[in-house]
Amino acid sequence: MEFLQQLVNGLALGSIYALIAIGYTMVYGIVQLINFAHGDIYMIGAFVGFFAVVKYGLPFLPTLLLAMLVCSVLGVIIEKIAYRPLRNSPRITALITAIGVSLFLENVVRWRLGPDPRPFPELFSVKVFSLGGVQVSNVQLLIFGVALVLIVILQFIIYRTRIGKAMRAVSQDQDAARLMGINVDRTISVTFAIGSALAAAAGILVGIAYPRIDPYMGILPGLKAFVAAVLGGIGIIPGAMLGGLVMGVAELMVVGFWSSDYRDAIAFAILIIILLIKPTGILGKNQSEKV
Amino acid sequence: MSLLSIKKLSKSFGGLIAVNNLSLDIQPGELVGLIGPNGAGKTTVFNILTGVYPPSSGEIWFQEHSLVGLKPYQITQKGIARTFQNIRLFDNLTVLDNVRIALHSHSAYRVTSSFIRSASFKKGENSMRRKAMEILKIFKLDDKYDEIARNLPYGEQRRLEISRALAAQPRLLLLDEPAAGMNPQETQELMELIRWVRNAFSLTVLLIEHDMSLVMGVCERIYVLDYGMLIAQGSPQEIKSHPRVIEAYLGEEVATVAEDQQH
Amino acid sequence: MADTNQVNQMQIANVENYPRGLRWVILVGVLLLYLGILGLKESGSLNPYHIQILCLICINIVLVVSLNLINGFTGQFSLGHAGFMAVGAYVSAFLTRNVINQLTFSGAEWLVTLEKAGLFLLVILAGALVAAFLGVLVGLPTLRLRGDYLAIATLGLGEIIRILLINLDVVGGARGYAVPKLTNFSWAFWLMVIAVLLMVNFINSTHGRACISVREDEIAAEAMGINTTRYKVMAFTLGAFFAGLSGALFAHLFVYISPQIFGFLRSIDILVMVVLGGLGSITGSITAAIFITVVMEMLRQLVELRVIIFAVILILVMLVRPQGLLGNREITDLFRRKQRGDPDEPAQHQKAV
Repeated sequence: MEFLQQLVNGLALGSIYALIAIGYTMVYGIVQLINFAHGDIYMIGAFVGFFAVVKYGLPFLPTLLLAMLVCSVLGVIIEKIAYRPLRNSPRITALITAIGVSLFLENVVRWRLGPDPRPFPELFSVKVFSLGGVQVSNVQLLIFGVALVLIVILQFIIYRTRIGKAMRAVSQDQDAARLMGINVDRTISVTFAIGSALAAAAGILVGIAYPRIDPYMGILPGLKAFVAAVLGGIGIIPGAMLGGLVMGVAELMVVGFWSSDYRDAIAFAILIIILLIKPTGILGKNQSEKV
Repeated sequence: MSLLSIKKLSKSFGGLIAVNNLSLDIQPGELVGLIGPNGAGKTTVFNILTGVYPPSSGEIWFQEHSLVGLKPYQITQKGIARTFQNIRLFDNLTVLDNVRIALHSHSAYRVTSSFIRSASFKKGENSMRRKAMEILKIFKLDDKYDEIARNLPYGEQRRLEISRALAAQPRLLLLDEPAAGMNPQETQELMELIRWVRNAFSLTVLLIEHDMSLVMGVCERIYVLDYGMLIAQGSPQEIKSHPRVIEAYLGEEVATVAEDQQH
Repeated sequence: MADTNQVNQMQIANVENYPRGLRWVILVGVLLLYLGILGLKESGSLNPYHIQILCLICINIVLVVSLNLINGFTGQFSLGHAGFMAVGAYVSAFLTRNVINQLTFSGAEWLVTLEKAGLFLLVILAGALVAAFLGVLVGLPTLRLRGDYLAIATLGLGEIIRILLINLDVVGGARGYAVPKLTNFSWAFWLMVIAVLLMVNFINSTHGRACISVREDEIAAEAMGINTTRYKVMAFTLGAFFAGLSGALFAHLFVYISPQIFGFLRSIDILVMVVLGGLGSITGSITAAIFITVVMEMLRQLVELRVIIFAVILILVMLVRPQGLLGNREITDLFRRKQRGDPDEPAQHQKAV
């Protein structure tokens, strides 16, 4: 019973990781950049939600959409200013820049809003259902629902629209895509926009489920989501979803059956193990280097 | 006794068979050419020989030792050095450092000596520097020892790459299109230099060339690859008149013409 | 081959083309600097706070140069340097508290001082060695990874070390750990000088060149007979050793350590200094360590602004001059007999393969 309960809780947490991980994996797939600032976009999403509810009293859905919109704009701006000029630089240069962007976002928020955690306003009164001994809350159901809807929309965009086709083309070969008349810059912008919007959604969901938000809340979930993306096979969207769920479940199993002290360590342990055993991830294919 | 003996070597990448059941033998002191049209698998053979890729199947024997499963640096230390088709110098380092790095595995003093700059450090560094300068002198690069490699003109980069390979003190030298991008006169000089080096250092040389006419003058024996398979071997005269070779090269010319028309 | 013996003998004599006396001039300068600072301290011009900052500068120099050994010279991107620093700090602090402090000393005063100094040195070395050992242990499997994957894996390792320390009650866990104050200016200064000297000597040897060849082109390096794995692990281990040494000095300087001090942000601080000074420049690292440590102290009260300024510096340096202020050049290159080619060409540490 304990196991099933942790499984349900883990899947809820994992859905949130999955939403963040998709953004990581999309960006990596298209520009081979570990967008270190992605976790901070998620944090900003939560803060946008916070102000939307507290200041303007918006209900859930408009709050969600507003946060997604703000964050996609932010993601596009960051890409334009900080990453685009470095597109042909060594990957490490871009990674250092991304770390810089991450520190910048965290500390600007901390500077303006203070370091203390704030309680996220209650949008729903929590109801808990019992299904054969396993407790499921309406918030968890909401997380599953929102994650599912967003992923379906994402799949639709990627496989049924022109821009989705362009994204797939650019991730295969930027130069060839450009020669085929695809606007590569715009495609990359859209990728950042979508990834950031998903992170924002995750931020709102976390605000509702674990109602404390602070400027550094993005660091650990960001890293864990990155691990999830690597676990599933970086650049592969279904891999990111799978990786996110596995991460969430693994984390809560550690909490449930061992000690909550190590819940953060498990992510890095998984990362190092997967990198050593199969660096291409669960769903990834092995590639050998061309000389 | 063969210096190098390749037996039934195959390599496939996914579905693509890059090298198919290749066998060849090289005797000590020979200057052998490996030719074939673009994409015939020549460079793949080099990459397998030097341990960059593992072979899918087959055997490689060098001086009675199997090379299969060895790391590239171990193969180099056994006496095989190479150059690269698309020049891979240590771009940001000086000409001298490029050569000294290749001398490393033969003349290294202990790490502890380098921390305290002991007598063996000084002796080792001086001897490495002398050896490096000697090699650079042969390739007329000694005046440029302090230049950054990437600032050298193209022809000198090619020469530096060969000097660097020589500094690794090989018995077998693998040259991957050493004359690529050179004009006919430079090519001629290079070919003479290769022959001279082979004699002076009592080396064995295996040389890849895309352009068949080039190797005819310098190589004593030639292997021809097409689609990963050995289609001919023999003296330059035999190769020149070999029907399958002509066919392979003709086919390529036709393909090139067709490609040009498309653009 | 007859003419090859005529290679200019003068060229051979001067291994690195620097004027013969430069090393000694620098060492004398270092000695004068030390005496000068001691003099200012005695005269009261420098108060204990200033001395503490000077010690921190020395510690940071060791950290930055050692990370540069890994990131700048060998081209392996580590984001876990604070983890090794933590290991050095905790191991040495534990030994000081449980060994040195349990001993009773007797005899002449100078003898006791000498004994205590010797023990402190051993404790520091123990911290550094354990960190180095961990470096080998961690380096062997992870250094197979490339570029950004290695960066993330080392970041993860640093975090794991931090989380383990939080849960290690024997050294105080999250509450932190009090350490006797044993680091003074002389310790910090001379260990820094020795550490930098050893690392400079290493880099300017055939083993150092082997490390640099790994950064320049791993495949070409292997093809030239360089055991690239060995040199990656060697650089990583040396880096970890000196990070551990700085950690030990750090712990005994600030007399209190906690796992939070050695978090990811500490690694980033060190990285910023390496990057700013130039990947592959020791003099650049030293300059950046001095400059940034002083600036950080001046902005001490403005926590967020400090990091914001850092972040902006990091982004701007990457956008404008990704090779850092000095790139892979050294200030001492000014004294070289022959000038190298174009100094403003960006260094390309990673090649498309």
